[in-house]
Amino acid sequence: MEHEIASPETTAAHEGQQHPISLYLKVWGYLFLLSAMSYMVDYVQIQGIVRWTLIILFMLLKAGLILSIFMHLAWERLSLIYAILVPPLLLLVLVRIMMVEADYAFWTRAIFMGGGG
Amino acid sequence: MSNSLSDKRDREIITPSLREIAADWSADQEVFRHTHWGKAMMWIFLLSDTFIFSCFLTGYMTMRSSATLPWPNAAEVFALNIGGQDIPLILIAIMTFVLISSSGTMAMAVNFGYRRDRRKTAKLMLLTAVFGLMFVGMQAFEWTKLIHEGVRPWSNPMGAPQFGASFFMITGFHGLHVTCGVILLLIIAFKVARGHYDRTGDYSAVEITGLYWHFVDLVWVFIFALFYLW
Repeated sequence: MEHEIASPETTAAHEGQQHPISLYLKVWGYLFLLSAMSYMVDYVQIQGIVRWTLIILFMLLKAGLILSIFMHLAWERLSLIYAILVPPLLLLVLVRIMMVEADYAFWTRAIFMGGGG
Repeated sequence: MSNSLSDKRDREIITPSLREIAADWSADQEVFRHTHWGKAMMWIFLLSDTFIFSCFLTGYMTMRSSATLPWPNAAEVFALNIGGQDIPLILIAIMTFVLISSSGTMAMAVNFGYRRDRRKTAKLMLLTAVFGLMFVGMQAFEWTKLIHEGVRPWSNPMGAPQFGASFFMITGFHGLHVTCGVILLLIIAFKVARGHYDRTGDYSAVEITGLYWHFVDLVWVFIFALFYLW
């Protein structure tokens, strides 16, 4: 897309976000298409690693479109973009830790509680 | 020179951008100075909300991966019988399309707000609120159906009891956000229609409301992928 890097002029409060309506309609269409595609992944029962790759890919593409265009992050100052995007990325550490913990809990239950609990 | 083009790009785009970040972050009160204060506050609130929903989803992942009883198949649990045929996950698909449409109308409302088109802004915001209400209505239907089938936050006849806990927690909290969003939309749409922002000359409230609304849609993207498609 042919948008310039955010400058103070384009992000100043009184100027607001002025973009053609067609851009929003286009993003709307893409979001519909991506949702339909992720629904189809389930509908045609794709399984295994391909299923996960597709689900995560469509999810991230949708999230990116909403954040960058609908929430105007593409035109914000870089400092704000980083302030918003970097902290959630650190949550991946938590996710990793909890994966290890869940695996431990699962095997503890399977071995010592006879699969119950 | 083979890399003169990339040198040029470095000089003209990357270096100034990095300088801008460094300048913003190294000086007191600079980071958000160029952003409308209300917008910055909404972003900070949404960042905190991101952490709340991330913790829910991570907790759900932990419970599901550690459950020894079978996890119900979401495609079957959320199937609807239409024309004598069970269509998997169809209710959730419709809810997703309704919420995306509400995001589309909201984005257009923000646009017309900055064009000072009072009538179109208010109408599009009302339409967004109607889509939001449709979503909450379908969620109420979904909850009713599951409660009738015996799913509780502490038990679940289809398998792992953790399913009930995470389902009611995650979709309940998201539904609460949508409901709050509808109320916010109605309040701001009313103010737009009354000409409040024409008098103050600042339509940012519409964009800030939009940020909240798009965030609700954004969270649903993750719930749809991680809860219903897993």
